[in-house]
Amino acid sequence: MTLPAVVLGLMFVGLIAYALFAGADFGAGIWDLLAGGTRRGARQRDLIEHSIGPVWEANHVWLIFVLVVLWTAFAGAFAALATTLYIPLTLAAFGMIARGAAFAFRKSITTLGMRRFLGAAFAVSSLITPFFLGAVVGGVASGRVPPGIAAGDVVTSWVNPTSILGGVLAVLVCAYLAAVFLCADARREGPEDLAEQFRARALGTAAVTGAVGLGGFFVLRADAPLLFAGLTGRGLPVIVLSVVAGLVAIALLVLRRYASSRLASGLAVTTILIGWAVAQYPYVLPPYLTIDQAAAPRTTLVATLVALIVGGAILVPALAYLYTLFQSEHAEHAEVGSPQPR
Amino acid sequence: MEQIELVLSDAAENLLPARMQMAVSLGWHIIFVCFGLALPVIVVFTEWRAHRRDDPALHELARAWAKAMGVLFAAGAVSGTLLSFELGILWPGLMGRFGPVFGFPFVLEGFAFFIEAIFVGVYLFGWDRMSPRAHILSGIPMIVSALAGAFFVISANAWMNNPTGFTMDAQGRVVDAHPVAAMFGPSTWPQWAHMYTAGFMVTGFTVASVYAVGMLRGRRDRYHQIGMLIPLTIASIAAPVQIVIGDWIAGNVARNQPVKLAAMEGLYRTGTGVPLSVGGIYYDDRLHYSLEIPWGLSLLVTRNPNGEVVGLEAVAPDLRPPVNVVHLAYDSMVAMGSALLALAAWLGYMWWRHRRAPRTVWFLRAVAVSGVAAIIALEGGWITTEVGRQPWIVYNILRTADAVSPAPGLYLGFYAMLAIYLVLTVLTVYVLRRLARTHGTAAPQEGTAAQQEIDAPPSERPGQEDAVR
Repeated sequence: MTLPAVVLGLMFVGLIAYALFAGADFGAGIWDLLAGGTRRGARQRDLIEHSIGPVWEANHVWLIFVLVVLWTAFAGAFAALATTLYIPLTLAAFGMIARGAAFAFRKSITTLGMRRFLGAAFAVSSLITPFFLGAVVGGVASGRVPPGIAAGDVVTSWVNPTSILGGVLAVLVCAYLAAVFLCADARREGPEDLAEQFRARALGTAAVTGAVGLGGFFVLRADAPLLFAGLTGRGLPVIVLSVVAGLVAIALLVLRRYASSRLASGLAVTTILIGWAVAQYPYVLPPYLTIDQAAAPRTTLVATLVALIVGGAILVPALAYLYTLFQSEHAEHAEVGSPQPR
Repeated sequence: MEQIELVLSDAAENLLPARMQMAVSLGWHIIFVCFGLALPVIVVFTEWRAHRRDDPALHELARAWAKAMGVLFAAGAVSGTLLSFELGILWPGLMGRFGPVFGFPFVLEGFAFFIEAIFVGVYLFGWDRMSPRAHILSGIPMIVSALAGAFFVISANAWMNNPTGFTMDAQGRVVDAHPVAAMFGPSTWPQWAHMYTAGFMVTGFTVASVYAVGMLRGRRDRYHQIGMLIPLTIASIAAPVQIVIGDWIAGNVARNQPVKLAAMEGLYRTGTGVPLSVGGIYYDDRLHYSLEIPWGLSLLVTRNPNGEVVGLEAVAPDLRPPVNVVHLAYDSMVAMGSALLALAAWLGYMWWRHRRAPRTVWFLRAVAVSGVAAIIALEGGWITTEVGRQPWIVYNILRTADAVSPAPGLYLGFYAMLAIYLVLTVLTVYVLRRLARTHGTAAPQEGTAAQQEIDAPPSERPGQEDAVR
């Protein structure tokens, strides 16, 4: 593996972490949107708020991580991507602002009308943000982002079959991950019926995601032949692994083994993303710009690599500490074993 | 050929809206940066004092400020995200060409921001779940990562002012990038010190002003008195320090960006024994209606009344920044900074002679407006350094007009952003006012217990008493 590929690979680890953790946070917002009326959906919304409240900001930083590594180590590709796809990126950024601010502020507000408005802003932006990010991925993967500043078409680069597929899949995957994650949280925090509701949603979303994914292969064969060739060629073992992990996750859900289902679901999503990376290797911007062509000078790559290793050594324990703090908090609820006092 | 002209016209059409979009989103974000830098220090200090003295009022203040910190951090985090998108969306000519040189500190900032976000969550969530000692210690990574993060971002901005750490070939391509060296150009340390101290002034005076208003409305209890005095004292220590740093940075600008200094002072002719000009309007290559302090500028930047100062005439007209904007922004900063220094001196004198804060209503009124004054000074300083660098985005190397994206329709983003930020501003102020009025309101990062606090009737809130204990 060349030095540029190593740096890009580490960036991709950040992208996977963003998809898994922030993706689940987005998905939680989607379920907030679909939770029903104020009274009926209150318990689900509470659970969602408890689950993502203390961690969403940290999860969100993975995206910043991806952006900064990209513009330092693959500056030209970043400039091409940001300018050609500026419309979905701007809309995704607006969505992130609306989602973060609305979620944060809703907690500090008690008046019903204002809470409803902020809740709606949180939920709707949780739906549109992953859609636009998925559309961006679709634009890159289908070879619609040529190198050069604003060299691609600013509309068709993200309004095309592959981008729409990417956007829809992103939304579905976020919703699925959130439902699976919330099953386990619901069981820890409260009565079993809440977990059952999210289990039903997880199974339903899994079925829809599978169907869209299957149909997506036909879309890709017609719209992005190079990506299709990569996915069914070199990337096939990874895709098969993803399908198997997905089926195992569903089986575990059926058996109500929520914690293990989380891991299997995470693996399924991770392998889908790796499959995309393998399919378009060695290109950053297929079919124009390879990883080595796009890479920054060696001094920059070395500095970035050192920063990623040292920074990672500080970051990973801190993240582990954050998550452990909440798991033990949840565990206390589980030990008490009593329903929430409300 | 036609294609090229089309691209150029798009770029020209995009330039002003793109600059305005960057200016508004950065000018908004920088206020929250100040709170991110200083509020953790003030909160952790207050919490520590509260435990040392076992003082309920201090406990309550620390908790109230921590909640405000949660809201301000969320607002800063989301507005910072838009900025990282905008760097690529609006200024691809900068990022695409020089990302390998000056993008690196942003990688480090990414990690600093990560640590900050994690420990803001831990600190706010862990209030009643950790021992006081462990909780105060969990505040320290938050403080250190904010300090480091500001250094990394400022070093990137300082690089734009004084680019170092690379060489270019004849075609202007970067051939030899040294990203670590690029972080330590001549402007980095003074700019960082200036920003960090500004953080304490903005935060200290703004928080103090909230309690000064409360006292003016008759709430003169101990809670309000301490709530005003702690942040005010911290800001008052920062104010004189900032004057010294200001002198340092002015000398640095005079050496490294003489045209920016000339614009700050509205100085056209290069000369010796140059006066310091206050106020006035610049037109016809001259500053009109300004108050002049003889030899002032020469003394300030060369330490010699007859020292030579470079004027705007040193460069061609199209290489000069818009003088009035820079000059008036700079003067606003100096005026506000001086007024805040006077306020700090007032407090310092009374403390020295009488061991207490001034009791007159005029002092409270002055503190009540000091927060706004500090924010004006902050924005004035930021406009000075950013507009003063124009027409360059990378000083003397890349023009802003050549860095902007030519993507069609880009300018529409500016109007969309304006609308969103208007709503965001109204909501932020609304939520902060609610936090100030109701003590039971939860901060965004707080978990389960906070939600129960909202739902439970006030008499049954367990969290508050736990905090006092």
